Amino acid sequence: MALHLRSSPSLKSTFLNILRQNLGFGSRSHVTRHIRQNLPHDPPLRGSQNPIRRFCNTMAEPETLSSFGQHEDARNHQVMDFPGGKVAFTPEIRFISESDSERVPCYRVLDDNGQLITNSQFVQVSEEVAVKIYSDMVTLQIMDNIFYEAQRQGRLSFYATAIGEEAINIASAAALTPQDVIFPQYREPGVLLWRGFTLQEFANQCFGNKSDYGKGRQMPVHYGSNKLNYFTVSATIATQLPNAVGAAYSLKMDRKDACAVTYFGDGGTSEGDFHAALNFAAVMEAPVIFICRNNGWAISTPTSDQFRSDGVVVKGRAYGIRSIRVDGNDALAMYSAVHTARGMAISEQRPILIEALTYRVGHHSTSDDSTRYRSADEIEWWNKARNPLSRFRTWIESNGWWSDEAESDLRSRIKKEMLEALRVAEKTEKPNLKNMFSDVYDVPPSNLMEQELLVRQTIDSHPQDYPTDVPL
Amino acid sequence: MAALLGRSFRKMSFPSLSHGARRVSTETGKPLNLYSAINQALHIALDTDPRSYVFGEDVGFGGVFRCTTGLAERFGKNRVFNTPLCEQGIVGFGIGLAAMGNRAVVEIQFADYIYPAFDQIVNEAAKFRYRSGNQFNCGGLTIRAPYGAVGHGGHYHSQSPEAFFCHVPGIKVVIPRSPREAKGLLLSCIRDPNPVVFFEPKWLYRQAVEEVPEHDYMIPLSEAEVIREGNDITLVGWGAQLTIMEQACLDAEKEGISCELIDLKTLLPWDKETVEASVKKTGRLLISHEAPVTGGFGAEISATILERCFLKLEAPVSRVCGLDTPFPLVFEPFYMPTKNKILDAIKSTVNY
Repeated sequence: MALHLRSSPSLKSTFLNILRQNLGFGSRSHVTRHIRQNLPHDPPLRGSQNPIRRFCNTMAEPETLSSFGQHEDARNHQVMDFPGGKVAFTPEIRFISESDSERVPCYRVLDDNGQLITNSQFVQVSEEVAVKIYSDMVTLQIMDNIFYEAQRQGRLSFYATAIGEEAINIASAAALTPQDVIFPQYREPGVLLWRGFTLQEFANQCFGNKSDYGKGRQMPVHYGSNKLNYFTVSATIATQLPNAVGAAYSLKMDRKDACAVTYFGDGGTSEGDFHAALNFAAVMEAPVIFICRNNGWAISTPTSDQFRSDGVVVKGRAYGIRSIRVDGNDALAMYSAVHTARGMAISEQRPILIEALTYRVGHHSTSDDSTRYRSADEIEWWNKARNPLSRFRTWIESNGWWSDEAESDLRSRIKKEMLEALRVAEKTEKPNLKNMFSDVYDVPPSNLMEQELLVRQTIDSHPQDYPTDVPL
Repeated sequence: MAALLGRSFRKMSFPSLSHGARRVSTETGKPLNLYSAINQALHIALDTDPRSYVFGEDVGFGGVFRCTTGLAERFGKNRVFNTPLCEQGIVGFGIGLAAMGNRAVVEIQFADYIYPAFDQIVNEAAKFRYRSGNQFNCGGLTIRAPYGAVGHGGHYHSQSPEAFFCHVPGIKVVIPRSPREAKGLLLSCIRDPNPVVFFEPKWLYRQAVEEVPEHDYMIPLSEAEVIREGNDITLVGWGAQLTIMEQACLDAEKEGISCELIDLKTLLPWDKETVEASVKKTGRLLISHEAPVTGGFGAEISATILERCFLKLEAPVSRVCGLDTPFPLVFEPFYMPTKNKILDAIKSTVNY
């Protein structure tokens, strides 16, 4: 625990204030906080539920501020007072290395065979929660497979599976509370599933029927649920990250016992919005968890063409964000990491970055054939040797919580429910045409009312040009 | 740069700006310049809604144009604060804050710098309600940005990017012409249940002074206003350009041409009926804006009025606008849609 530069609010430094304001060195708020080193195992601050500490004074100790410029510390090293805290001088030309000699280790609890790793730290889950985690992972996989096949049969226009990433989806959701607000990418339907979105609701969205909450306006897999605190998916990459930070700030101001959680892929970390969001989150001390699903592929682009850093986890530190790398195919590790991150995010009012290592076993979407750019062997290896479902199943079976019989009961029940949901959604009629014009604004302006009229007149003149399944 | 702009705005007179504004309402108030009127609106917005926030680059100390002066001191740094220098972050953060039921009033320091936030505005803010089937909205978002020429702003402190945003269903675009208008329109934007981009004519921040009622009042959106009545030709504009257009109207009057001048105020969704009624009366239309003429919002107005008033028009619709170059520094006087360019166009349209 190297530097503890936080000081009490009363210890204000006129000098540093003047320096900051006149020279423009950073903002007035909380400059030194980022210097404070926090070991990953720092216990969350106790007795300070939802502290709002953005604007408390965290300047350097007063004795370091008594003289201008440089002086010597106790070890006779020359140091300089600078916004953010003391900076030591060095006579060496020493560049910070582009990477550590060893890659950041990956936290896991279960080995590839589903055996508990000796001495591993993890958050205990009850039988009930563990069984639900497993059941929902299986449900998600069955849903994905059936929707995927339905798309291949031409019944759905599009689909994207989460196959291979079931543990990230479900175990992260399990570690949150329903009050935590989710800003998803498009490969986290499992979070909705965990929260109670029904297979029928998923199917309604995919078919864009009149029961779709999105009123048939978006492509399949663009789910959203106000009731379940799951903001509607947009296809743009990483735009949801700054949104999540703003939402987290709202939770902070309302002193809610909740955080915002946002998901994205490895490709998303190259977007400006990723960097904007991490920096804003750190500066605003927003209770937000960034969960990166590093699945190796952004459509056909491997991570080697995406970044040269040691993955994503190392990017947090540059922004002053506590970060962890997790085995995303280990549901118990995901659960434990997210659970711990949530505790820190809320009790310490800070952002956390989680890089979950996983693999996109499915194609990017139904518009993609990934065997054109990666080997079938590679896909098969991840699906077999690193399968998140079988690993977790082994563990719950070893606890006596699961059996072959439970497995086959579950699979046949979900498959039946899923096929029924598909059948119902497919035959449910489309939303009425009026839904094309509503919700652009809170009230349709005159141009939209005119355009609706015009469209209806055109339909009367040329009914053959228009789909017959959209009620007028 | 900001300090430079603040010190040496070009000098222009405002012969009838306040006269025009007085016709909006007979209420009186203290003489205020435009930035102070904005500041007053922000004070009222923060005071009347505890769930409102104001933030952006340098907003904490009052902003480079002083529009946010005194806000942090009065309402605290949790509600009025500096952000990192990152426009996509500012707007993205504002969308998230607004989506949680807050009013997020964000400042983009210059409209010239709004483009990094374009994706957030177009793909997130504008579609937030529609794509969710009205389950979610970010209607509490208002994006303020100073726009327009000031005499020495060059490429990056002069632009008028309103047309980009008028092509985006789901947002509103509003531009005030004077201090009184700025206060009332800004309060309407902040309280409107839709995301709004509010461009402020920075040339007028200090130059325009008129009596502004001190109380909390709002001016309706999507309602244009006839600020000068006339019979021979209709002129349509918004923001700072109305000052130039009004001068042209006065000069035309000396030559016996009666001009009707309309302040559009809200560009999206815009009030076609007021413009249509006026053009049906005068038979002629001239549109003027600082933004480049090609693809400018004047083209949209022109096309709409041609559709609606074709048989009433006695001359082609005239556009007196910025030229199709990047905004030039030394050549600004040549680029600008000046009073005499407008006057010439008025005369040639009337004499067509």
